Amino acid sequence: MELVDKMLAGNDASLARLITLVEKEAPEVPQIMSRIYPSLGGAHSVGFTGPPGAGKSSLVDRLTAAIRAKGFGVGIIACDPSSPFSGGAVLGDRIRMQQHYLDGGVFIRSLATRDSRGGLARAARGAFKLMDAFGKDYVLIETVGVGQTELDIVDAADTTVVILVPEAGDAIQTMKAGLLEIADIFVVNKADRDGADALAVELEKMVNQSPKQEWWQVPVIMTQAVKDVGTEELLESILKHREALEQTGRMALLRGRRRRGEFLQTIQQRLLSRLLKLADKDGGIKAALEGVERGEIDPYSASMEILSNKELLHHLLAELEQEE
Amino acid sequence: MAEEKKIRVLMAKPGLDGHDRGARVLTLGLRDEGMEVIYTGLRQSPEMIVQAAIQEDVDVVGLSCLSGAHKTLFPAVVNQLKDKGASDILVIGGGIIPKEDVPFLQDKGVNAVFGPGTSIKEIATFIKENARKN
Repeated sequence: MELVDKMLAGNDASLARLITLVEKEAPEVPQIMSRIYPSLGGAHSVGFTGPPGAGKSSLVDRLTAAIRAKGFGVGIIACDPSSPFSGGAVLGDRIRMQQHYLDGGVFIRSLATRDSRGGLARAARGAFKLMDAFGKDYVLIETVGVGQTELDIVDAADTTVVILVPEAGDAIQTMKAGLLEIADIFVVNKADRDGADALAVELEKMVNQSPKQEWWQVPVIMTQAVKDVGTEELLESILKHREALEQTGRMALLRGRRRRGEFLQTIQQRLLSRLLKLADKDGGIKAALEGVERGEIDPYSASMEILSNKELLHHLLAELEQEE
Repeated sequence: MAEEKKIRVLMAKPGLDGHDRGARVLTLGLRDEGMEVIYTGLRQSPEMIVQAAIQEDVDVVGLSCLSGAHKTLFPAVVNQLKDKGASDILVIGGGIIPKEDVPFLQDKGVNAVFGPGTSIKEIATFIKENARKN
C-alpha cells in the first residue's frame, strides 16, 4: 500500500493510479478504502446534473475558479457515456476546463460510465473518496447529460445542483417526478436566452408549491456560464446549503446512511464474487447456474437451494477466511 | 468481478495550429475500437498535456501537429513525462510530419509516427500491441 501512502503525502500520480484501480475494481480496493478511511470527511461533494449541452462543464469550470479564489482545493470528476456497442468512450469535459490544467490545486479526472446506467460512472463514489483523502476541500461531480431518471448523483453528492436551459419545456414538465425533485439548487443557465425568465418563474412556483424541506428553500439561480454571470451567487448558495446540512445535523445523517449503504454493498459484492469463484470448483453451484440458464430450474428455487446448502456455505466461509 | 483494463488515450493538439479534424477522426476511430479517449482540445502546451496525462492515468498520449513545430513539441512532451516518472506511457504522433523527421522523433522517444493516409485500424493495432498492460 505504498501507493496509498504516496497519495496521502500529496502525490498526484498516485491518486490517479488509485482511481484507475477503483475503476477496474481491482482486488485490493477494499484494503485501499479501509486504509484511507481515517482521512475521510473533509471534502464537500457537489453534484452537477442536467440535460446534454446545458452547460455543466462550463459551470463547473467557472465555479472551480471561484472556489480557488477563496483558496480551497478542488477535485473534479467528469463523467461521459461509454458506447453500448464498442465499450469505448469520448471524454470531452476537460476541454471546458483548460484554464485549470496548470493549477496544482485542481485535480481533474474524466470517467466513462462503462456499464452504469444512472448517469454516473460506478467508480465516481470511490474517486470522490480518494480525492477527499487526498485533501481536496470541494469535489465537483459532473454527470453525463441526463434525461429524467438518471439520478445516481443523489447518493454521491452532498449538494445536488440541477442545471436547466430555457428550452427545457413548459410548466407540465416541471411537475413531473424525477430529475426536478432531486435539486438542492436550481440553475437556469444560458439565462440571456428567450424563455429563461419564464422557466425560472415556473421553477420558483414548483419549489414554493411543494417545499422539499422546511430547513432549506431551494433557490433558483440564473447564470450565463460562458460570460461568468451568476457564478458567485451559485457558490454562495452551495456554501449556504453545506452550512444548513451541518447545522441541522443532516450532514451526519446523510453520511451515516451512505456508509451503511457502502457496508452492505461491499458485503454483497464480496460474497457474490466469492460464490462465483467457488462455482469453478463446486459442481453444485455450477449445475444450478447452468440449470437456470437453460430454464430447467427457476432462479428463485435455485437460489434457495444454494442458500440452504450448509456444506456449501461452510465451503464459502472457508474461502473467505483464506482471502484474509 | 474485476474488469479488464480499458486502454485510455489522451488526444492532444500541442502548439498553435487550429486544425483538429485529424485528431477528432482518430478520437472517434479509437472510441469505436473500444478505447476511452480523452480529447483535450486545441493549443496545448507540453506542460498542460503532461499534467492531463498524469491525472487521467492514460496509457497512450496521441499528439497531432500540423504547424511544423513537432521537432520541439513532441520531444518536450516525452521528456516531461519522463521527469514525472511516467515514461511507460506510449507517445505517438501524427499530422504533417516530413518523412526525414521521423527517425529524429523516434530517437527522442516518440514511439511511432503516423502520417496522412494511415488507417485507423493500423494505429489501433499498434496501440493494442504496445500500450502498457498493467
